[in-house]
Amino acid sequence: MHANILVIAEHLKGRLSGIVFEMLGKAHALATETGGGVEVLLMGHGVRALAEELGLASRVLLCDHPALAAYTPQACLDVAEQVIARRAPDLVLIASSSMGLDIAAPLSVRLGVPHVSSCRDLRITAGRAIVTSQMYGGKMLVESHLDLRGAIVSVLPGAFPEDAGRIAREAVIEALPVEGLDAPHMRFTRLIEQSGTDIDITQTPVLIAVGRGIQNRENIAMVEELAAIAQGAVCASRPVVDQGWLPMTRQIGRSGMIVKPKLYMALGISGAPEHVEGMKDAELIVAVNTDAQAPIFGIAHYGVVADIADVVPALTEALRNAHAPA
Amino acid sequence: MNIVVLMKQVPDLVEELEVDAGGTLLDRAWLRFITSEYDDHALEQALLLKEQHGGTVRVLALDMGEADEMLFTALAKGADSAVKLSGDFATGIDSHSAAGIYRHALEGASFDLILTGVQAIDDLDGPAGAMLATHLGLPYIGVVSGIDVDTANGEAHVRKEYPGGLLAEFTVDLPAVIGIQAAMQPPRYVPISRIRQTMKTASIDETAAQGERIAGAISVERMYKPERAGSATMLEGSADSIAERLLDILTEHGIGR
Ligand SMILES: Cc1cc2nc3c(=O)[nH]c(=O)nc-3n(C[C@H](O)[C@H](O)[C@H](O)COP(=O)(O)OP(=O)(O)OC[C@H]3O[C@@H](n4cnc5c(N)ncnc54)[C@H](O)[C@@H]3O)c2cc1C
Repeated sequence: MHANILVIAEHLKGRLSGIVFEMLGKAHALATETGGGVEVLLMGHGVRALAEELGLASRVLLCDHPALAAYTPQACLDVAEQVIARRAPDLVLIASSSMGLDIAAPLSVRLGVPHVSSCRDLRITAGRAIVTSQMYGGKMLVESHLDLRGAIVSVLPGAFPEDAGRIAREAVIEALPVEGLDAPHMRFTRLIEQSGTDIDITQTPVLIAVGRGIQNRENIAMVEELAAIAQGAVCASRPVVDQGWLPMTRQIGRSGMIVKPKLYMALGISGAPEHVEGMKDAELIVAVNTDAQAPIFGIAHYGVVADIADVVPALTEALRNAHAPA
Repeated sequence: MNIVVLMKQVPDLVEELEVDAGGTLLDRAWLRFITSEYDDHALEQALLLKEQHGGTVRVLALDMGEADEMLFTALAKGADSAVKLSGDFATGIDSHSAAGIYRHALEGASFDLILTGVQAIDDLDGPAGAMLATHLGLPYIGVVSGIDVDTANGEAHVRKEYPGGLLAEFTVDLPAVIGIQAAMQPPRYVPISRIRQTMKTASIDETAAQGERIAGAISVERMYKPERAGSATMLEGSADSIAERLLDILTEHGIGR
């Protein structure tokens, strides 16, 4: 059976997110395998230039409307529902992102189709989609099988190679009419940039990251000391920032910064998919964690099963000695 | 300002997770439960809004894990009422069905806001709050880390997190359902003694969970632990010898010079 796949695109500040190309590349491979096609739904206002980047799709469905100028969950949900109902794809791919999270599950309820979240692998076998999801903070993988009858899959950024979706080919673009966006119950007002006086951790080559394993605010001081001597900066996982121990400008991950430093040292960070999204492309990843099963060891280059309180002072000392004039 | 908070219990990831003999569920024998982190933030945000605008906070939970302890803790922190929806949740419940139960429990109720965690670690079929909003015909925004309510105009200004440290601000008509990522303050702490006291003086309303199972849930074929990709070279030994090895590795990569 051929699988026709619909990919829902997302964009921010005039750029398509990398995950769109990941999904497009994967969808194209699956569709080709089964003799089906791929359509990409692009919602926005004045975004034809973005549609041009999606040439790998059989067709880009362009929904252009002033009410779609900025992403608004309600408007995108309404439009996506109309388009899916009309095109009746066999499978729908949405990013497991801040935007995708708002609409994937509601679409599933509105359309009466299954939804699987946190997909990091996807196959089609014997007419069914086989989805592998990362659950429980990355500590378990869950395989579910879905009929190809419009099921919705939310895909984790980083699941598939982005390059596969970035093919220079002329896009086939079909503009679709957009209706029924007149009485919105929510309105986008503005984008707020976290500007400030803090350093820009996306430009810092050495990052020492602390997670919940740091246990309290006071322990951050020893990590600051290590960072200083390694000529780097301290950054953190979400819980550390939520506790107010470090500012939001230091958060790494899905709702924080995406970094590619030369060194990323993860101290007491479990390696949940939302965190990994922000640091997986670091050149060198060293993880220190008391739990030998922590998912972070799955992506680290070097791992140490130990307490931060033992390793950090020892490493600081070793670096200090190495710097000391002979 | 009347606020409903949906809270749930999830397996504590600090404990080792095991798969049961059937191969599709967690082995319940070894599970310890805690309150889903973002539901705790949702409760905190509700309490902050109540402090600012008055009104009530009502907490709803399905009878899973340590639901009583979670609900009494919420009461001790300042929630006005707590409802436990009882039923057979021995093997957990999917979010589609949970949303159906909440819908049943809330139909006809009056409230201005429903707050719940943006996502839980076991939401395989997505967050229940987003689905509940669809059932109730209410607007939904998730990944929110700031809310200001304008009671005069019956609307809320919410800030939603995007990657790269960006926030998007929306104005939402009330009533609405909001998926909370973080409260505007870390969740408050309440001493055990106060929770014990609350157990003596307050009570939890218990009603049977109702609501049909909803299409859209999925069945799990297999659950398994990821293999450690094997990429990491593990360093062993004393802290000092590990530090020396790390120093060599950093030096090889031209770091820290
Ligand atoms: C929509 C959404 C967006 C999110 N965005 C982000 C994001 O941008 N960034 C982010 O980080 N998270 C994000 N999260 C949260 C994410 O899912 C995880 O909850 C979070 O990353 C966990 O942080 P952690 O690893 O520090 O804590 P935990 O998962 O609690 O891990 C702590 C680790 O420390 C170890 N440890 C404990 N004590 C010690 C010790 N003394 N020495 C060494 N190790 C020790 C433990 O073994 C454990 O592995 C998001 C979640 C959602 C739902």
